[in-house]
Amino acid sequence: MSAGTFAGLAVAATAAVNATAAKAAPSERQGSQGSGLEAFDEVYQGRRIQGAPTRGAGSHGGHGGGHGSGHGGGHGGQAHDFGYAVHLDGDELHIMRNADGTWISVVNHYETFATPRQLARAAVTELHGADLVPLVLTSA
Amino acid sequence: MTVRKNQSALTRTEKRRFVDALLELKRSGRYDEFVTTHNGFIMSDTDQGERVGHRSPSFLPWHRRFLIDFERQLQEVDPEVALPYWDWTVDRTPSASLWADDFLGGSGRPGDGKVMSGRFAEASGAWEINIRVDQRPYLRRALGTGARQLPTRAEVDAVLAMPVYDASPWNSASTSFRNHLEGWRGANLHNRVHVWVGGQMTTGVSPNDPVFWLHHAFVDKLWADWQARHPDSGYLPTTRTRNVVSLHDTMRPWNDVTPADMLDHTPYYTFDA
Repeated sequence: MSAGTFAGLAVAATAAVNATAAKAAPSERQGSQGSGLEAFDEVYQGRRIQGAPTRGAGSHGGHGGGHGSGHGGGHGGQAHDFGYAVHLDGDELHIMRNADGTWISVVNHYETFATPRQLARAAVTELHGADLVPLVLTSA
Repeated sequence: MTVRKNQSALTRTEKRRFVDALLELKRSGRYDEFVTTHNGFIMSDTDQGERVGHRSPSFLPWHRRFLIDFERQLQEVDPEVALPYWDWTVDRTPSASLWADDFLGGSGRPGDGKVMSGRFAEASGAWEINIRVDQRPYLRRALGTGARQLPTRAEVDAVLAMPVYDASPWNSASTSFRNHLEGWRGANLHNRVHVWVGGQMTTGVSPNDPVFWLHHAFVDKLWADWQARHPDSGYLPTTRTRNVVSLHDTMRPWNDVTPADMLDHTPYYTFDA
């Protein structure tokens, strides 16, 4: 969305972007859901970000059924596996894929990103060194 | 009768009483229940699955009910308080009185984005961020950083001119008034304002920033303005539609209110203009 903005914010954050990260971005292409998306594993602004396709429903780290509890009927057990998972220093980043193929995360929920890697990098910048809170959804 | 006023027209006393009521809800724990509810919905509302609070037709009636509930909580603290609205097409800079220390406080400091002034600053000790996506327990903002400009009046008017409330596929890909107002398509209205404020406002726990309520009170007003401009257009869909809330379906988490129940706001409040 606004790479320049994130780059600007990043100046104050940490040391220069890891060389691996710097050369990886331009060639990224998004594929269809659940396939065609490549895995990545890099250090960005000092944080390890990893993305990889998931193997299908149920492999998405245990927050499927949790969404429904407390919200009333009709929602229990609905898994949200978008065919891909992103981790930041080992913690799962909650992500979603939009109908047009773009991505959002719980850290940047109101702007879209073309690829999970861009989404992960934006989260790193926004977190400014802070750790994610484990995904636990409580009753509404 | 509750009258929702433009925040820029509030007196010093009205601002103080509104902030006092917010801080009391925070102290009692009731405030954080709203943050939790919002985050639960934002993380489970998906384009491909069931969706109620966001990226779906019920985005507007869901938030209308959410704000009514919150306003009632405020009024239990102080019956004279109403939700103000923030017209971001007019008050569009970080120097607006909205961000003064006697109201919501200012932007965050460079770097970590911590809000340093006003009654919601960490130093006040009264506004700890408990429901969060990362470990930072303080309010953050980065006004005007993530998005350069707030939406303009011309952009709003173009969206208000759209005659169809919503359309298939009833999600973030729809070409419709609702989706253009929510901001997934077109001029990027509601979503862009969240990004412009930055900090918690960019996340699923956006109600941690009290400006959330003023922003959504204006989005709600824009829905009412659209209704006035298009008296022959109504909420869609009107018939049962997979994964979304049609006109007479009930909305979670309340399960006792439908979009049809929310079409007329005037039993609950009116606007000053």
